[in-house]
Amino acid sequence: MSQHTIGNSNYNSQQLYDADETIPVGFTVNGTHHTLQLTAATTLLDALREYMHLTGTKKGCDHGQCGACTVLLNGKRVNACLILAVTKDGADITTIEGIATADMLHPLQAAFIEHDAFQCGYCTPGQICSALGMLQEGRANTAEEIRELMSGNLCRCGAYTNIVDAILQYKNGGGRD
Amino acid sequence: MEVAVTKFSFTKATDANDAVLKASSLTNAAFIAGGTNLVDLMKENVARPGALVDINQLPLHTITETEEGGLMIGALVTNAATAYNPLVEKHYPLLSKAILAGASPQLRNMATAGGNLLQRTRCYYFYDTATACNKRNPGSGCPAINGFNRMHAILGASEACIAVHPSDMCIALAALNARIHVLGTGGTRTIGFNGFHRLPAETPEAENNLQPGELITAIELPAEDFSSHYQYIKVRDRSSYAFALVSVAVALQMDGNIIKEARLALGGVAHKPWRNPVVEEHLRNQQISAPLLQDAAEMMLAGARGYGHNNFKIELAKRVIIRAINEAAGIL
Ligand SMILES: Cc1cc2nc3c(=O)[nH]c(=O)nc-3n(C[C@H](O)[C@H](O)[C@H](O)COP(=O)(O)OP(=O)(O)OC[C@H]3O[C@@H](n4cnc5c(N)ncnc54)[C@H](O)[C@@H]3O)c2cc1C
Ligand code: SF4
Ligand code: FES
Ligand code: FES
Repeated sequence: MSQHTIGNSNYNSQQLYDADETIPVGFTVNGTHHTLQLTAATTLLDALREYMHLTGTKKGCDHGQCGACTVLLNGKRVNACLILAVTKDGADITTIEGIATADMLHPLQAAFIEHDAFQCGYCTPGQICSALGMLQEGRANTAEEIRELMSGNLCRCGAYTNIVDAILQYKNGGGRD
Repeated sequence: MEVAVTKFSFTKATDANDAVLKASSLTNAAFIAGGTNLVDLMKENVARPGALVDINQLPLHTITETEEGGLMIGALVTNAATAYNPLVEKHYPLLSKAILAGASPQLRNMATAGGNLLQRTRCYYFYDTATACNKRNPGSGCPAINGFNRMHAILGASEACIAVHPSDMCIALAALNARIHVLGTGGTRTIGFNGFHRLPAETPEAENNLQPGELITAIELPAEDFSSHYQYIKVRDRSSYAFALVSVAVALQMDGNIIKEARLALGGVAHKPWRNPVVEEHLRNQQISAPLLQDAAEMMLAGARGYGHNNFKIELAKRVIIRAINEAAGIL
């Protein structure tokens, strides 16, 4: 904690931006650098969808309640709908568009297809990003732990059991379980 | 496309003093940390800050051991990083367990320690700007008292407001006698956990004893060993990703079947984490037994009052208290 007194000569106040002013922000998204001018009120989700035209990340509830907007931010899964983009200047972001390589599906995507882990597919980008974030965290070893640690991703189509199967198959090295 | 109905200006704080200076000089300013509560409330037009002061770049992201053998958790440490910190898991497993019972993994990756303390109630009327609410709009009334109040308070409520504090983390922090370190224009001070949040009384809009512009810098856990006998039980409408109807944090020190030291905090029942020192004293140096725990549960709920839809919480809380103490003691 810094302890120098308020108002000393080193005081280096950064700019105060008015509500309508745009603020320069930079992100690396799926390996590509983007520089944007955004108002402070723009969420990371809207920055991705409306300004970078990466519409794979979905807007479900817009209130942190469904997980459809899950992306990896500096490797950690987060809800892009509750993040003001300007607070994450310089972040490294992975969205569903960055999961596959060229024409090769990511093995977790392939497992979702193999297991019928979706119907409408609206929750799927968030499910896949969340599952990859979860496996990085290293806390989900059993089906029960996967269910608990995937509870931030709702699926209106109720594909839950197949989602858990797809994640388990990928986690256990790919082959059919 | 933008989050707020009202307009706000935005600035980043360069250090903790700068954050305090900006928050106390800009009109109607708010700090923004993880944003998981504030951004949500701004989208609902419930929170209408005139300016946001971004504190995310301040050096408050670490958990360190104190000289006394406790832990200092920086205000910006995420809930996930706190719950999975090896020192917290080893010495304060009650805190890990409570945090992991809250929100979702994504939210826990964003939510900060400081923000968790200051999260607002989930009362439906508070969120609905088409209705009256004394907390959102002082003096307008409280539709929850005679309305839908399934999630509302049974203890410490007032004629003005029956909302509950929704945090899980805070229930463990209350049981663990955490201290809140804050910085204001007048310097630093420390607030005991029980003195941090307020009961609603006549001013439900005032939820804690922070002064305007004061910044939480850290949460300190004292060096006390409750790592062998603890339990956090959260009862909710679905088994994950829902706020508590009732939650109970228990931390014990045992000598065989004798309770040497007891901490008991309830969540989901009041405007702040609910503790009662008389009950903890009643348990101290007693051999654990069914009548003892029944007494403790009755004493803990003394004065409880339901408002219709939430009457069930009174009996539920008693049963969860008894189960949580038994489980913490290792008696199943
Ligand atoms: C869908 C959903 C479900 C949830 N479920 C649960 C649950 O089950 N249990 C639970 O406990 N919580 C739950 N939460 C709440 C979540 O834990 C809080 O929103 C979070 O802890 C707030 O932290 P934050 O850093 O995001 O705060 P922010 O939203 O950034 O800030 C919240 C408030 O704190 C102030 N503030 C932030 N940091 C400081 C500081 N250092 N000093 C002074 N003021 C500060 C801000 O000005 C603001 O008023 C849920 C949230 C959502 C959206
Ligand atoms: S309980 Fe409190 S927060 Fe809810 S409507 Fe009444 S005054 Fe508002
Ligand atoms: S759109 Fe972000 S959680 Fe639902
Ligand atoms: S597949 Fe339709 S919401 Fe999950």
